[in-house]
Amino acid sequence: MAALPEEPAEVVVKPDPDGGVPPQPQPPPAPPPAAPPTTAPAEGEAAAGAPGSGGEAAPPKPAPPGPAASPAPTDRQTLLAVLQFLRRNNLHESEDILRREARLLGEEVAAAALSPAGPGAQGTPGGETDATGGEALLSRVAAASGAAGGGVAAGASAAPGGAAVVAPPPGKVGGGVPVEDQPDVSAVLSAYKQQGDPALYEEYYSGLKHFIECALDCHRAELSQLFYPLFVHMYLELVYNQHENEAKSFFEKFHGDQECYYQDDLRVLSSLTKKEHMKGNETMLDFRTSKFVLRISRDSYQLLKRHLQEKQNNQIWNIVQEHLYIDIFDGMPRSKQQIDAMVGSLAGEAKREANKAKVFFGLLKEPEIEVPLDDEDEEGENEEGKPKKKKPKRESMGSKSKKQDPNAPPQTRIPLPELKDSDKLDKIMNMKEATKRVRLGPECLPSICFYTFLNAYQGLTAVDVTDDSSMIVGGFADSTVRVWSVTPKKLRSVKSAADLSLIDKESDDVLERIMDEKTASELKILYGHSGPVYGTSFSPDRNYLLSCSEDGTVRLWSLQTFTCLVGYKGHNYPVWDTQFSPYGYYFVSGGHDRVARLWATDHYQPLRIFAGHLADVTCTRFHPNSNYIATGSADRTVRLWDVLNGNCVRIFTGHKGPIHSLAFSPNGRFLATGATDGRVLLWDIGHGLMVGELKGHTDTVYALRFSRDGEILASGSMDNTVRLWDAVKVFEDLETDDFTTATGHINLPENSQDLLLGTYMTKSTPVIHLHFTRRNLLLASGAYSPQ
Amino acid sequence: MAEEKKLKLSHTLLPAESMKVMAEAMGIAQVPEETSQLLADEVSYRIKEIAQDALKFMHMGKRRKLTTGDVDYALKLKNVEPLYGFHAQEFIPFRYASGGGRELYFYEEKEVDLSDIINTPLPRVPLDVCLKAHWLSIEGTQPAIPENPPPAPKEQQKAEATEPLKSTKPGQEENGPLKGQGQSAAAPDGKGKEKKAPVLEGAPLKLKPRSIHELSVEQQLYYKEITEACVGSCEAKRAEALQSIATDPGLYQMLPRFSTFISEGVRVNVVQNNLALLIYLMRMVKALMDNPTLYLEKYLHELIPAVMTCIVSRQLCLRPDVDNHWALRDFAARLIAQICKNFSTTTNNIQSRITKTFTKSWVDEKTPWTTRYGSIAGLAELGHDVIKTLILPRLQVEGERVRGIVEGPVVSNIDKIGADHVQSLLLVSAGEGGPPRPPPSTLSCPPPPAAAPPSR
Repeated sequence: MAALPEEPAEVVVKPDPDGGVPPQPQPPPAPPPAAPPTTAPAEGEAAAGAPGSGGEAAPPKPAPPGPAASPAPTDRQTLLAVLQFLRRNNLHESEDILRREARLLGEEVAAAALSPAGPGAQGTPGGETDATGGEALLSRVAAASGAAGGGVAAGASAAPGGAAVVAPPPGKVGGGVPVEDQPDVSAVLSAYKQQGDPALYEEYYSGLKHFIECALDCHRAELSQLFYPLFVHMYLELVYNQHENEAKSFFEKFHGDQECYYQDDLRVLSSLTKKEHMKGNETMLDFRTSKFVLRISRDSYQLLKRHLQEKQNNQIWNIVQEHLYIDIFDGMPRSKQQIDAMVGSLAGEAKREANKAKVFFGLLKEPEIEVPLDDEDEEGENEEGKPKKKKPKRESMGSKSKKQDPNAPPQTRIPLPELKDSDKLDKIMNMKEATKRVRLGPECLPSICFYTFLNAYQGLTAVDVTDDSSMIVGGFADSTVRVWSVTPKKLRSVKSAADLSLIDKESDDVLERIMDEKTASELKILYGHSGPVYGTSFSPDRNYLLSCSEDGTVRLWSLQTFTCLVGYKGHNYPVWDTQFSPYGYYFVSGGHDRVARLWATDHYQPLRIFAGHLADVTCTRFHPNSNYIATGSADRTVRLWDVLNGNCVRIFTGHKGPIHSLAFSPNGRFLATGATDGRVLLWDIGHGLMVGELKGHTDTVYALRFSRDGEILASGSMDNTVRLWDAVKVFEDLETDDFTTATGHINLPENSQDLLLGTYMTKSTPVIHLHFTRRNLLLASGAYSPQ
Repeated sequence: MAEEKKLKLSHTLLPAESMKVMAEAMGIAQVPEETSQLLADEVSYRIKEIAQDALKFMHMGKRRKLTTGDVDYALKLKNVEPLYGFHAQEFIPFRYASGGGRELYFYEEKEVDLSDIINTPLPRVPLDVCLKAHWLSIEGTQPAIPENPPPAPKEQQKAEATEPLKSTKPGQEENGPLKGQGQSAAAPDGKGKEKKAPVLEGAPLKLKPRSIHELSVEQQLYYKEITEACVGSCEAKRAEALQSIATDPGLYQMLPRFSTFISEGVRVNVVQNNLALLIYLMRMVKALMDNPTLYLEKYLHELIPAVMTCIVSRQLCLRPDVDNHWALRDFAARLIAQICKNFSTTTNNIQSRITKTFTKSWVDEKTPWTTRYGSIAGLAELGHDVIKTLILPRLQVEGERVRGIVEGPVVSNIDKIGADHVQSLLLVSAGEGGPPRPPPSTLSCPPPPAAAPPSR
């Protein structure tokens, strides 16, 4: 089959960036027969959509089409939503009446509530399942899912009004119909209507403050978590009810009590002083629509409850009930350090249930290749790298044992493209190189080669390096994408069609002959974007290049012709990051619209939309087995998504600033994340726990990379340093005892200094990309920016 | 809890006055007070919102500076038409004007004559982006090449010299600012522990790694070339070498060698009375002091004796009556004054120790004239205060002594020359010790003849 990489090549012939991929006679690469059914419909759906008119067309297949398709379904969705609302508020009578009026079947409503993925939501299962839980919320999600689900298709073309996040996560995606925004926003806000005497707010708050400060030490730290969400909600209530002066003095008086890592949000809040401002403010809406999650031990919670009931402090009790989600656990209250390690995200900690799903973090085994000459193992990177050919049997044995790794996903969980001959050759090269790989360790640090972009005038925004380190690409603020060859081999384009027809196709060096010598140069500039290019990624086979930009598109470029093949439109807002799957064909993008999208190169619409983040998705990375995607966001969380069903399977909280870099360890077990707070956090994916904290950087960490064998973690930052960390040591003494796993409590050792193996200053050059060559030489790059 | 790190919040609001002015500019007169107040609130809020969005673009653009472009993109995000005409300039000049009781800040847009633009030659095309590779690190060590920053920045050298316990590996000491930002925030208990931990528990106490003074082959070659050029015969080469010492950023590791070279060189050449070499060596000291990336404190124990020797040594040249060793003494005296100025602290007391040394040898009756001259020169260079408190009071005594030599029976020619020099030096420094003269005179100027020598 191996159809995929060739297909875009077809596109080469008649590029049609606007229309996406031109209609294709043959169906897209059918998933291998064993492919799980869930994937198939999605693919089928997109495929069905492909020949369509493009643009706004909603996929015709799914039962209730998007609102754009016909008015009737929209009405019904609204109705469903209303019914949900009534049910939630225990207005059974009205619900019944309405239902009779509308002759709607009860099951349908129930179905909508229970399986939100119901109508036309195949595209966005992510949103619902991950939704912040709680029945009330769930139903709200369900209500929204009508709009959102239908909106997925339309969401792509949604009016900018969608910016106002209406419902929880999916709202952003499908806030599709602007008209629906207004009532929704006010519904969201109306929750603030109930109010006490504004003058008493300060009293309430200081009363609680007093109580918490006088509580036993062991409870105080836990209860202190309440301060921030309460503060925010009380302030917002005051603002909503137009007690501006009270709000101001309330803010003045108590903002100093809040933890310093909430500064950024407080700054936003402080500027929000009028009811009118609340309507479009996203941070505020995040607060309203998602419950702030606190993790508190049962004892502390009882203490709080008793206190509030004793004091008849209904105001605070209401907020706790309405806007907070208190995740109660049995056992010892957590210490201040334990809490501090985990909090900091926009919506509190992740719920424990959120990280319970099983994640297949093991690596895939490459299906065996019949040709003995090319017998190759995909996992060559992590094997000893024995010279191939000798004992094909033995090697297949080795990889089989790998497959028995209980953590690896089934081989065909996600349909992957088949290897082409050139891929196999590349794998062989890779293996050969791997035999020459330097074994790194604390005693043997990698050499670092720094590629400095000179005269970039602070315009360098993204860098990527091919896996074989032969090319380097830079995305620039002036909308250009520039590709350099860093080997003596220059970049050449294919000859024009007329010249190509003259070539003898039978000759042995036909691949050489099709290249146009006249075009050879070290640098090729790709023009096409109309805004700064924030992300670039080479395909693993080095035939394609992806770039994403402020203009809201992701572009696929051919590195054979150095022209643009496709412009993927879907994000309406700047796209912050994009990356190819390690197996090619798929890619992921994430942007300001708060969702990450999974695409396949031959589909002009996304295959999956991962919705759930409460702020911009700033970085996206594929898991080495291509079954999962990690996204980092400005809401200070990292999420892991299942490519198969779009579910969010992990939420990692603990960063105190927007995430700007992600890196999976080569064995797929761990994830490293870097943020503006200058810290690098390490996570165990299987257990869903934070396992390490690396402190040292003084500014945003923009680049993270594990060495090929995973012994060294390299981090690069805005503070002009590259730092090397001992990854083996971090992970070796992991204490993942039962208690830790059960409660999610973590005790991080203060050992950053011991783990730091080296710090290398650059000459006022922020480090924005790191790459380990196949022989474990570290390549770093950045733009020289004189002060 | 978080009192120490107060959140910096801006409650800046645009004045309602501005709204009125803007409304007038749009042709709407008589905006009511209340309306303009409301408008001001609203506009201030929107501006803040846009600024916050613009920051996002700055972060994603991996920059530290907010540009006008970022603001444009933020506006675009809000579906507002961006401001045209502002490009990412370093500085947008706002002009101030007042009149009619109003104050205005405005952006001056000059009328541009198109023909001027057409007729002016095109500006140089800015250089295109290019890629340059270098080794940031080779197997864990950073090569000292111009592409890399100096291995140890001056601040760190200073910290190492003055507070050897605190400093660690390069770049590791920047923990301070981070604590405020990220970690464990306001835990008062946690913080206390953190600070004490290394001292009390002892376990993680890091011994200062012995610095490795191995030089790379390139550095050895450089050292050899530089030292040979500095003391060689070719003046042009020497100038280049000195220039290199005074400016090159990567000399930190060679500093111990240089300092030993100088100190040994002085020791040997003083004995051999090789004036030229001594001068060359002092010029090297000068060059090292001039290098902005070097902090010499750790090597003063070698440099100060060498320089002092060149000031007060009894004999610096083979023919003291003919050679101009006085210039060397003057030059070295200036160096010592510079050293005092740069490195003297209350702990090392360099200045007072040096002053003491000078005074002691000056006061001694048996001190030869050369040393006497050096001591006085050294003191004179230390500034007005020293001149006033140490030299002026002794003018009388010294004058008598000079007169004894100049007017008395001729003892030796050398003494006479020495006394002459001391006399002129005293004249100059006494002049400086008085009310400061308008142009600070240098030692090369002849003493003003008008000033009557005290000996007369």
